[in-house]
Amino acid sequence: MLPVISVNNLSAAYRKNQVLQDVDFQVEPGTLTSIVGPNGAGKSTLIKVMLNLHPRLSGDVSFMEMPYNKAKKHIGYVPQRGSVDWDFPTNALDVVLMGLYGNVGWFKWPQKKHRELAMQALSEMGMADYSNRQISQLSGGQQQRVFLARALVQDADIYFLDEPLAGVDAATERVIMDTLQQLKSRGRTVMVVHHDLQTVEDYFDHVLLLNRTVIAHGATDKVFTNDHLYATYGGTLRWMGERVR
Amino acid sequence: MIGFLSYNAQWVLLSTLLLGMASGLIGTLSYWKRQSLMSDTLSHAALPGVIFGFLVAGSKNMPLMLIGAAISALLGAWLISWITSSTRVKEDAAMGIILSVFFGLGIMLLTYVNRMPGGGQSGLDNFIFGQAASMVSNDVKWLCVLAAVVICIVGLLYKEWKLFLFDSAFAQGLGLSIRWMNAIYTAVLVLVIVIGIQAVGVILMAALLIIPAVSARYWTQSFRLVLILSAAIGGLSGMLGTFVSTLGSGWPTGPFIVIAASSIFIVSLTFGTSKGLLVVYIQRQHQRKQVIIAAQQRRVERGQ
Repeated sequence: MLPVISVNNLSAAYRKNQVLQDVDFQVEPGTLTSIVGPNGAGKSTLIKVMLNLHPRLSGDVSFMEMPYNKAKKHIGYVPQRGSVDWDFPTNALDVVLMGLYGNVGWFKWPQKKHRELAMQALSEMGMADYSNRQISQLSGGQQQRVFLARALVQDADIYFLDEPLAGVDAATERVIMDTLQQLKSRGRTVMVVHHDLQTVEDYFDHVLLLNRTVIAHGATDKVFTNDHLYATYGGTLRWMGERVR
Repeated sequence: MIGFLSYNAQWVLLSTLLLGMASGLIGTLSYWKRQSLMSDTLSHAALPGVIFGFLVAGSKNMPLMLIGAAISALLGAWLISWITSSTRVKEDAAMGIILSVFFGLGIMLLTYVNRMPGGGQSGLDNFIFGQAASMVSNDVKWLCVLAAVVICIVGLLYKEWKLFLFDSAFAQGLGLSIRWMNAIYTAVLVLVIVIGIQAVGVILMAALLIIPAVSARYWTQSFRLVLILSAAIGGLSGMLGTFVSTLGSGWPTGPFIVIAASSIFIVSLTFGTSKGLLVVYIQRQHQRKQVIIAAQQRRVERGQ
């Protein structure tokens, strides 16, 4: 099968520190991949560089054999929750509507049908009752669901999520993972920056182990091994305790 | 109230109303861009351009002076972004540097002009604290048009501003050019400053940009209403301040506008329905009472 995401020799830096070096991988369509690695491994940066949100030093990225600018419409992005100011004066429904601004057309106002689509996405995330709620009054998990609903209305083919499970309650974690599984079963490709090594095997069929460069990438049952984890985390893996059998 | 004013004064009043509305809108954008202080820096940075325009024209040629103001404010904006991106100096320090250097340069040029023969009567001092009464109706009509343009730009791009200010990374993914939005933002900000410095003055212009936006926040949680309310507060302060300043001869307009705006701010801060001090106090008292009642009930239940 042709890869839906193709990353070739990607390198990127913050000021003088090179964060990513010769990152190279292909992702097949209809997969649910977790990007796993220690702090500072460049997980978020990788997504940002792929989506042209951070400059690259070298390399190229293509989505469905198109460069990012042409594939934009097919890509949904859920940034880290902390990347926006939740004090901003707006409500949950309005944030979800933002996902449809591309369809609404620039300079035009959202119509009733857009509102209905946004409402539907909120319902899917179990947030229908909160549509008029001020976003600052939502809990962390609820905010994350609103973010995911905003990505869902985009109806993209490829989704990138940056730590969607960080600091959310158990119920939200379940809703989010169910949603991602559904996306996968509808043939969408999903990549998720993930922190919790304990749940990788349960949640994701593919894993990309990253520490500045790709340590290993492939089906979870083949790649998520102690050797690879040790190569990714080095000495910092001590806390893994039980997992390291 | 307006009927007894001269033809010129009526135009001036209209222009400060539109100016206040435009600053209320742009101020809201600045506030949510976390760049309220940028407006202060850029209005100070406009001063040397004004005086330079006067020197080039050799007389009080308003269009040339305002173009000078725009150029020096934009130069200030560009220098801040250059300093921030290519040196270790952080943005707040860069703004401090640009504000003081440009303002100092402006005062220096102003002193020089005032010592020239006839320079003392140039009326350039008015640009520091603002003197709406000194504006002539021909210039004022142009300022009204420019303010209306600014108001339209914010209104037409309402949805885009909202997306850009809330989540610019996501906006970029939807195909909104962040570079363009930043350029438009800087352009309208400088435009408002240029429109305002004659009436409000370079020192106090920032107040008209910051105070209405902050006051509006105490009344609503909807971005659209914040914009509308901020425009209304700005317009009202502009008109009120101008009106009062015309009652005495030679009273500067800027300080009166700022006093009008800050009075509205104090009212908003105290009585605002959204996190105003009084509302918060009442809510707290209510909660405290609930807690005490609940505790009493528990005690009674245990006692029985």
